[in-house]
Amino acid sequence: MIPWFAALAAGLGAAGLWLGLLVAPTDAQQHDAYRIIFVHVAVSWMSMFVYVVMAGWAGLGLILNTRLSSMMATALAPTGAMFAFLSLWTGSLWGKPTWGTWWIWDARLTSELILLFLYLGFIALQAAIDDPRRADKAGAVLALVGVVNVPIIYFSVIWWNTLHQGASVSLTKAPSMAITMLWGMLLMALSFWMYAIAAALLRLRCIILERERNNAWVAELRELTP
Amino acid sequence: MNWNSPEEFFAMGGYALYVWGSFLMTAAALTVEITMLRLRRHKAILALRREKSARAQNAT
Repeated sequence: MIPWFAALAAGLGAAGLWLGLLVAPTDAQQHDAYRIIFVHVAVSWMSMFVYVVMAGWAGLGLILNTRLSSMMATALAPTGAMFAFLSLWTGSLWGKPTWGTWWIWDARLTSELILLFLYLGFIALQAAIDDPRRADKAGAVLALVGVVNVPIIYFSVIWWNTLHQGASVSLTKAPSMAITMLWGMLLMALSFWMYAIAAALLRLRCIILERERNNAWVAELRELTP
Repeated sequence: MNWNSPEEFFAMGGYALYVWGSFLMTAAALTVEITMLRLRRHKAILALRREKSARAQNAT
């Protein structure tokens, strides 16, 4: 399954980059600096989406006591943290030419930074506990409590008077941007989505191999016969 | 098409540092993550192979 998602990620990514960098017109106000949108919006969406999925798997593991669900949550965390970091990084590179500052303690930016810390906290907490099952449970509680931050990030631009602009894309309104820009963004988001699935499944396989190394079926794997 | 020459494309209307800084950091992060995962898998499989052969030797 992993090669399929990897191929989808590469194909959609190539199409998104082509639309975003070559086809989409230059913005009237921001000129070519706006092209950061094609990575920034996609990684920001993914940073929030991956967190919700991670908390969902962690919660499932906590309620049903299923080891695989908890491992899935653990597998998603580093990829989500990477997206949160990229969201802040690209946002900062976008803020400098358009707002005149790399960073400001704006509600949107601050809550996204908290999201990054939640991911890092989840990873650190699980790494600090030796017993994997206890680590799963402690991490799950942290992940579930942290979920409240996701709607805060999403609605921060409405609830507070932020420097960050409002949502670029809405389900209820007709898009206010050129259609090629919109498609470029959506394709990039889909590409990162497929990438996240591939990366998380790859990490999940590593976690399973490491944790279940004393199980008989692991010893029977054909990868182990040189 | 918006660009008349490759130079114009790479200059990004004067915003090259910001635009390419974003795209390249993203590409680098994805590459690093995948490379680290491949290494991790490789190490896990090597460790399992060692354990397996150790068990086989103990059995004989």
